[in-house]
Amino acid sequence: MKKPVRFRLLLAIFAFAVCSVADAVTARYSDAGPEPLLADAFSAIEQNQYDEALNRVEALIKAYPNFRLAHLIRGDLLLARTRPLTSFGEGGGKASAGKIADLRAEAIARLTAYKTRPPKNYIPRYLMQMGPDQKYALVVDTEKSRLYLYQNDKGMPHFVADYYVTQGKLGADKIKEGDQRTPIGVYRVTSSLPKQKLSDLYGSGAFPLNYPNEWDKRMGRNGHGIWLHGTPSDTFSRPPRASDGCVVLANRDLDAISKDFQIGLTPVIISNNIEWLSLDDWQSERSSLLTKINEWRSDWETRDVARYASHYSPSFSSDGQNYQQWVQQKQKVNAGKSWIKVRIDNISMFRNPGKEEYVVVTFEQDYKSNNLSNRMKKRQYWIKQDGNWKILFEGAV
Amino acid sequence: MTARRAALPYALAAALAFSVALMALPVHADSLQDATKSLKQGQNAQALDQVDKYLSGNPNDAQGRFLKGVILTEMNRTQDAVGVFTKLTEDYPELPEPYNNLAVIYAQQKQYDKARQALEMAIRTHPSYATAHENLGDIYARMASQAYDKALQLDSSNSSAQTKLAMIRELMSVTPRGTRTAAAPVVAEPSKPIQVAAVPEVKHVVTPTPPEPEKAVAVSADADEIAKAIDSWASAWSSKDVKGYLSHYAASFKTPGGVSRAKWEAERGSRVGKPGAIQVTVENLKVTASRPDQATVKFRQHYISASLKSSSNKVLVMVKQNGKWLIQQERIGS
Repeated sequence: MKKPVRFRLLLAIFAFAVCSVADAVTARYSDAGPEPLLADAFSAIEQNQYDEALNRVEALIKAYPNFRLAHLIRGDLLLARTRPLTSFGEGGGKASAGKIADLRAEAIARLTAYKTRPPKNYIPRYLMQMGPDQKYALVVDTEKSRLYLYQNDKGMPHFVADYYVTQGKLGADKIKEGDQRTPIGVYRVTSSLPKQKLSDLYGSGAFPLNYPNEWDKRMGRNGHGIWLHGTPSDTFSRPPRASDGCVVLANRDLDAISKDFQIGLTPVIISNNIEWLSLDDWQSERSSLLTKINEWRSDWETRDVARYASHYSPSFSSDGQNYQQWVQQKQKVNAGKSWIKVRIDNISMFRNPGKEEYVVVTFEQDYKSNNLSNRMKKRQYWIKQDGNWKILFEGAV
Repeated sequence: MTARRAALPYALAAALAFSVALMALPVHADSLQDATKSLKQGQNAQALDQVDKYLSGNPNDAQGRFLKGVILTEMNRTQDAVGVFTKLTEDYPELPEPYNNLAVIYAQQKQYDKARQALEMAIRTHPSYATAHENLGDIYARMASQAYDKALQLDSSNSSAQTKLAMIRELMSVTPRGTRTAAAPVVAEPSKPIQVAAVPEVKHVVTPTPPEPEKAVAVSADADEIAKAIDSWASAWSSKDVKGYLSHYAASFKTPGGVSRAKWEAERGSRVGKPGAIQVTVENLKVTASRPDQATVKFRQHYISASLKSSSNKVLVMVKQNGKWLIQQERIGS
């Protein structure tokens, strides 16, 4: 029975996962998921401790009975006792090659995310400012198949946990209906669909997102029904790329995070590859934009339309007006004003992930003037043009 | 192997004393031999009577109890057989055979974890016990197959004809005089197994006696051809001619566990072609034909290799294709 056991591909996975360990500073992470045990099992395999590896995999299966990846590794470890294996999932048969490739991809995704956890005291660049009423924010990294949960700690995003997620079959950067891609951008949870109203495919619940958002529509992107949702009852997790664009979590993970969702409020930022900022860099980015927003507010109060309009992009548009029409209208309105007071509260700022450099800014605006006063919730898209922050779009929420 | 035997654990001696004493008594060897003979002839009820008779005079005799377990297993009285073998493992924890047979039964019930534990016990007492090792290998393969099913959402449970584990028929680590080769593996005992000595060699007994005579089409010419095919199969196996061995299997052969043909061939190839002499002989061949081109063949297979000596009942379903009789199903059992 003591036959040479080879796990070349298993090791290949491990080597792949390990290669970037050096990048990761000692980390904070969630111990709740299967990754620590999974990584332990792979390291036992790497050290040729197959009995120990089997024990660990069996512990994984005990904790996660429907974890198919763990069952596959268990199959390999058992089969390796009877004959040498040369490839991952070899005993699964050629007919299952696609499923085996999926599970291998899941192993790589989980181990890579585990071995390259974000450094301590680093913050996703996109969480510039959580609103005081936003208790949590979600940031997805599609390259790592990972979702990071942050809690609002007096304006500071505080890391809580991270989870494996599934994205669209064809990856990220959704453009149009049916392209089986997950959108990249700043979204929020817009509603909650209870389990009872859903088919088993969606698992323990579903939370639609506001894709396409104002920016997406402006860019001509379409499609609908991008949700966060769970997995079928017989499935712990799905392959990294398996949905039609939705972000899919294990049911227990979805349950853990969704209890804190605030419908209409909880931000869900989906990125290709999260940019992590040190606390200092994060502070300087947010304060530079906060300064610009405050300048915009005080320039508005001066009733000097040129100064006020200097904060808007030439390609600005809102409510069917272009930049020129908007400036003319402001000039007309301001002619009748003797004073303006603008106050903004509850500000949140979320930077768009990816190439398009814009920030979604939402706040409560208290506008008072000699002839008109109102309060509204406003959303602006600030974009960096020629090194300066400009408003590209604004409107009532 | 002899070196191993020389290193007999003396600690066992005390545990053995009781049974040694019993076995030293004049035994009703006749009825035990008769029971063995009846079992070989498939007369299970009679074998059970005979072994019970023997045991009434020798209630603690390991040989007799073991044989009773085998007979009960043959009769599909699985729970009774489990009881007999379990009690044997309690009374004689150093014997590997009862553990092995428990494992075979557990495996049939798909209780692979229990089967594995039993085989591990067998190997713990007899580290080089080849049948247990081979059976354990099969258990691992089946557990792996179950794991793959769960991982890949397959359903390979439809293959019920995968009874491949080898049941031990005789308690070979106990000699009739009560001296044991406890630490010596079965294979180290070249002398003839105890009670089987008197069993006459009956070769190629063709019994064309199906229950429905009008359908009986077993022609003696076919029976001869089948016997020749089986001879050729056994001799290809013995000479480790993997290609020749595999040529006896029909394209429609139902592989154990429903594995792919290629996988099965690779597995058989590695077993049949493994280093060391193999000797396969066939005894008590019985052919029952149901159709002109199909027959059920039962026989007793004796297998001797460097690491294993075993005897088991084999059932083959054979089909005639292009004038050649080929194996379509192969299983252990009666």
